[in-house]
Amino acid sequence: MIDVKHVTKQYGQVTALDDISFSIHKGETVAFLGPNGAGKTTTMRILTGFMPPTSGTVQIAGFDCLEEPWEVKKHIGYLPETPPLYLELTVQEYLIFVGRIKRLSPDQLHERMGIIVNQTGLTEVQGRVIGHLSRGYRQRVGLAQALLHNPPVLILDEPTTGLDPNQIIEIRDLIKNLGGSHTIILSTHLLAEAAAICQKVIIIHRGQIVAIDTPEQLGAKLRQSEILHLTVKQPDPSLLEALRKISGVLHVSPGTKPNTYILETEAGEDARDELTKLVVTCGAGLLELHTQTVGLEDVFKVLTKAEKPID
Amino acid sequence: MTPAQTIIAKELRSYFVSPVVYVIGAIFLAVVGLLSYQAVANASNQALRLMQLQNTYAQLNLNEMIFRPLFQSMNLILMIILPLLTMRLFAEERKLRTFELLLTSPIGVNEIVSGKFLSVVIVYAGLLSLTGLIPLTLSAYATFDWQPVLLGYLALLLQGSLMLSIGLFASALTENQIIAAFLSFGLILGLWVLGALSTAFGDSTLGNFLSYLSFTEHYNRLIRGLLNVKDLVYYISGMAFMWFAAHQAIDAYRWK
Repeated sequence: MIDVKHVTKQYGQVTALDDISFSIHKGETVAFLGPNGAGKTTTMRILTGFMPPTSGTVQIAGFDCLEEPWEVKKHIGYLPETPPLYLELTVQEYLIFVGRIKRLSPDQLHERMGIIVNQTGLTEVQGRVIGHLSRGYRQRVGLAQALLHNPPVLILDEPTTGLDPNQIIEIRDLIKNLGGSHTIILSTHLLAEAAAICQKVIIIHRGQIVAIDTPEQLGAKLRQSEILHLTVKQPDPSLLEALRKISGVLHVSPGTKPNTYILETEAGEDARDELTKLVVTCGAGLLELHTQTVGLEDVFKVLTKAEKPID
Repeated sequence: MTPAQTIIAKELRSYFVSPVVYVIGAIFLAVVGLLSYQAVANASNQALRLMQLQNTYAQLNLNEMIFRPLFQSMNLILMIILPLLTMRLFAEERKLRTFELLLTSPIGVNEIVSGKFLSVVIVYAGLLSLTGLIPLTLSAYATFDWQPVLLGYLALLLQGSLMLSIGLFASALTENQIIAAFLSFGLILGLWVLGALSTAFGDSTLGNFLSYLSFTEHYNRLIRGLLNVKDLVYYISGMAFMWFAAHQAIDAYRWK
């Protein structure tokens, strides 16, 4: 559905994208993951035909972005980072305007309006001026705009930034429902978000692709060992030795605070069950036990340290 | 509805929900009204004086006494207010990022530029037509020749549209509305000054060229009641050039 080959983009002296290539199949939901300035927005703008690449080719639904921009634009729904809203129009007026410039016939427009307004939960605010709506509603209007002409490809630039937790869940559910029937590319800087809605993750760093994989495998690859944090009430001198003997535990060291231990265990081996039993039976008094989660920061630390891209 | 018509409809809607058009319109109409009052009062004073001197009924040329000076001063007012009408056209779209929506939709840059230009010309023509009340009311109390007045309005329409096309281009260059307004003001002023500069070179080739480039000569001929193809060509080609320049500025913005 989407084929990107050797795309490079330069802004004057600055190289925003450096020879990136990837392809996305029909019906896949893919996340672009990366810190700010990694090249996510630039990639999306090139895909939508908003700006041309310095070199390389982009094909969407079999149409080349430079040679047949007209066809490409008809196949794409795009939600930019800032939703492109005319604040002085009402939601309804705005969607009618969008439908017309997307070249829907009056009948199609009428039909799609009904579906989309319902789907994005805008029924109650249809007649209100966009400038008076909250951030969450504005984001939904932006999404409605991208979905209006029922495009097979959806490109969503950070669709959940700036929303409150409830709104984030709503928007994620909406995107999940669209998956399968649509090919979706979205960008985010949250690993958890990518894991929750996407089948594939593309990690971009400094204009280069450093990894393309499923969220699970990416997590597993990065987690060669698991870190456990343990806090007890009364430390026993024999406890340290006993902890080392649990199967799967690679290394034990005292933590920075008193009565805490940091344990490193083999990936895939869950030592927590045995560990709890041991601490309880020797009467040390278990206060706290938690695993250290691998965040995006860790992903980047690992991936950007590697000289060659991991594939 | 074609895409260009859609753009026109949307722009008109945006113009009339914002207070800018009402403020600009009110100022324009108030100043033109005052100026025309002054011109009429002046003419009637002169008529009275002539009557006292000659003791007969004096026949004054109202076209020359009222309308020509009025059209001259309206030109100056337009130079100041029209950049305020055009400044938002593209600058606002760039600032609010709605330009991304337009440029990623199946609609051509030429349709966007034409739609925006025509919409602001419509707003201006509407404002201008309101000043038509001045000759209409005057015609109830005095006699004058309508043909130069109508040509004067044609001149105002062409002159204003040329200024609007300059403003359209200036707005395509920046995302800051204030800069767009000053830029178009500067360009219009520059064109005006060329006319004054041309007199310094007299009847030389350069002098004639500068004089042709400036709108002063063309505008003055039209408001004197002279319809000349050369002047119409000047305005139409000027607008076409500015339309093209705006189109280029938008392409450059995408390709940068």
